[in-house]
Parts: sequence; structure tokens; C-alpha cells
Amino acid sequence: MSQSHNRGLIEDFGRWREFAPGMWAWIFHKFTGWVLIGYLFTHVAVLSTAISGPQLYTTTLRSLESLLLVRVLEVGLLAVATFHIMNGIRLLFIDLGVGLESQDKSFYASLVLTGAIAVASVPTFLSGAF
Amino acid sequence: MSTQLQRTETEGDESPQEQRLERKSLAEGEREAQRTEEESTGDETPHVHLKVFRYDPEVEAKREPRFDDFRVPAPQGTTVLDALMYARDEFDSTLTFRHSCRQAVCGSDALFINGSQRLGCQTQIQDLDQRPVRVEPLPHQEVEKDLVVDMEHFYDQMEAVEPYFQGETPDEEEQLQSRENREKVKMSTRCIWCGACQSSCNIAAGDNEYLGPAAINKAYRFAMDEREDDDIKKHRMNILEQEHGVWRCQTQFSCTEVCPKDIPLTEHIQEMKREAVKDNLKFW
Ligand code: HEM
Ligand code: SF4
Ligand code: FES
Repeated sequence: MSQSHNRGLIEDFGRWREFAPGMWAWIFHKFTGWVLIGYLFTHVAVLSTAISGPQLYTTTLRSLESLLLVRVLEVGLLAVATFHIMNGIRLLFIDLGVGLESQDKSFYASLVLTGAIAVASVPTFLSGAF
Repeated sequence: MSTQLQRTETEGDESPQEQRLERKSLAEGEREAQRTEEESTGDETPHVHLKVFRYDPEVEAKREPRFDDFRVPAPQGTTVLDALMYARDEFDSTLTFRHSCRQAVCGSDALFINGSQRLGCQTQIQDLDQRPVRVEPLPHQEVEKDLVVDMEHFYDQMEAVEPYFQGETPDEEEQLQSRENREKVKMSTRCIWCGACQSSCNIAAGDNEYLGPAAINKAYRFAMDEREDDDIKKHRMNILEQEHGVWRCQTQFSCTEVCPKDIPLTEHIQEMKREAVKDNLKFW
């Protein structure tokens, strides 16, 4: 066979805008899954300050909660967890072969619910932050 | 739109597949209204602007891929393949692409049209929203020349699942299949080996050894055929269960969306995954 043209990665990346709903669901699921793992470590680190006594634990938590950034990240964390759970349930159904024909709608529903829950949580997470 | 509409041979409620096809044709009605507005002004034949990928390692000027522009007449009913043929016959005889049947049967002309894998002969210009119409070779395959890609790897994957019937043929008897069993494999038999699904799959793009949707669908067609023995089914499942088999599918549904024969590929892959689990977990 003669020479052929390998279009390489760059050109393939350019096609990402053509992604179908199922592909976005897949990317978001990967992303949120790994963010949750990342949070798990942070979470354990913060909780383990309690080993050095209730005093340190309390001051650590208080100072963290006084940071606006932490409050905002908490909303983000909730959104990430909600999406992962919603889409996780969607994926479990897809694995069972249930509702395959509305896989796009269930993805959009996961997004809408995630948005709604995240917005609804804003008053709780941000109260007294300003 | 498929040239062949799916009709179930047995009575029953609308299957998910039928509902999907119905939705597809609804969206078409909407585009129709929009079209008549934009294209029926004036009485000359409407033209379409094509942007076509060009590459030819043997010609100096085309060694670096580029896009060529063609303006070709596109009266109602013109397909992308028709337009390409016009461009080749009237403007540039070196424009190269595969085609044969012109009726979505041979599977030669799967192309990347306006950012999606479609058959040139099955895609009418007026059904495309975007202008100019961009025609590129199938992504994730190497380009030989212009719109011609190397299909060797795709064919290898198809061969890997032994895409042929391996039932015992009883002497002087017909190989009868039950109605229900025929219905079960019916959609999977429609594959025309166009490679659109494989090209649309991100997993196949990242893992060259992944069997891919078409091959798994082909395996489904025979594994689900009750006329084959259990031994053969076991053998087929062994092929599907390996590391680069069914488990690589991440249910992104892109293959199902692009398949020109409307085969519910993801559904079939998922069913093979469940078969694989049943094959290995023996509680019963
Ligand atoms: C109710 C809660 C949860 C549900 C229903 C759920 C569901 C799922 C499902 C079904 C998958 C597999 C997706 C696939 O088919 O490929 C998955 C992947 C994953 N999950 Fe969860 N999950 C939950 C909670 C969590 C938590 C708390 C974490 C982290 C601590 C997590 C981390 C991950 C990771 C890292 C992956 C793999 C992502 C990848 O494919 O790379 N999940 N989840
Ligand atoms: S399954 Fe559909 S998209 Fe894939 S090769 Fe067969 S006909 Fe083409
Ligand atoms: S030319 Fe045969 S499928 Fe299009």
C-alpha cells in the first residue's frame, strides 16, 4: 500500500463539538467520579484533624467554613455528587437494558435535576458567608 | 432516512426502535418547512456549495490536505453522492470516493458529512441544515486519497468474530428458523459493513483492538441464532468476552445514532454484555 494520511489527534479533538448526549454523559461521569475520589482524600484529611483533639478539629472546620471559596466549592461538590448519582442510576438502567431509547432524555433530566438541586442548596451553603 | 423502513413481522406494541424512527421522521417534517422557504425563491435550479476534503500523496499540491469548493446544482432529491458525482464528472475528474449501489445497500460511501457519519447516497442535500456542506473522509481511519479511507482494520475486526453461520446442516433439510428467533436477529442482519459506527466510536478510536459496534452486532446476529449449537455459542462468547470485546463499550450511543440501517447497536452490545455475565456467573 502506498502512503496514507494520518489525521492525528488535533483534528480528532476538533470533532469533539459533534459529541452526542451519550458522550457528554460519559465525560461528565468520568470527571465527576474522579472529583469525588479527590474530595474523599480531602474529606479524610479534614476529619483526621480530630485525632489531635476536638479543639483543632473545631478551629479547622471554622476557618474552612469562613472562606467564601470553600462555601462555593461545597455547592460545586453537591452538584458533582448529584450528577454522578443521577447519571450513575441512568447507567445502571442502561446496563440492564431498560430505557435505552430515552438515554438522551435521562441524561438531560440528570443535568436539570443537578442544576435545580445545586441552586436550591445555595441559601444553605452560602448563608452567612458574606 | 432509511430506504428500508423497519416493520415488525409479528404483531405487538411499538418497539423503542420504531419510536426512534418515528421521532426521526418528525424532525424531518420541521426541516421541510424551513427549506421550502429558503430554496424556492426564483425558478432556477438551486445550487449547493460543497467543501470537500482533498488529499493525494502522489500529487505535489495535494500532499498537504486541503478543502476544495464546488458549486453544483442540487434540485430536490439530490443526494450528497449525486453532488459529489456531479463535481467529479463536470469539474474535477480526480475527485476520488467509493460508491456503487447508490441505494444504501453496498456500504461503500460512508462519509463524514457536516460533522456526522452518513452514507452519501442516503443523505439528501435538503436534509442538511449547514451550508456549505462539508464532506470529509471517515474519521479515525487513515486517508488513502480524497474521501477514500483504509478499511482494512474494520474488516479485520469483522473477521475476528467469525461472521458466518456455523450451524450443522441436516441432510436434505432446510435450516428452518423460528419466527420469533428471526425477529430477534432481524435488525442485526441489516449491517452493510459501511464502517460508520466504528468511525463514530470514541472507544474504538482510542483502543484499536476494540472489536467495535459492527463486529459485536455481527457476533450478536449469530450468537442469538438458535440454529447454532451451544458449543459454537460458547466459542462466540469467548471471543466477545476478551479484554477488547464487549466490556470496552461505554454506552455512548454514537454508533446507534449514526448507523444508516438503524440497527440498535448499543442495545445489542448491552445484551451481549448480559449474556457474558450469565455465561460466567453460575448461581443457577
Ligand atoms: C449513589 C452513589 C453512586 C452511584 C449510583 C455511582 C454509580 C457509578 C457507576 C454506575 C459507575 C460506572 C460507570 C460506567 O458504566 O462506566 C461509576 C463510576 C465511577 N464512580 Fe461512581 N457512583 C456513586 C458514587 C460514587 C462516589 C461516592 C465516588 C467517589 C468516591 C465515585 C467514583 C466513581 C469513579 C472514580 C468512577 C469511575 C469513573 C471512570 O470511568 O473513570 N462514585 N459510578
Ligand atoms: S452496524 Fe450500521 S453503521 Fe455499522 S457497519 Fe453496519 S450498517 Fe454501517
Ligand atoms: S453507494 Fe452503496 S451504500 Fe451508498
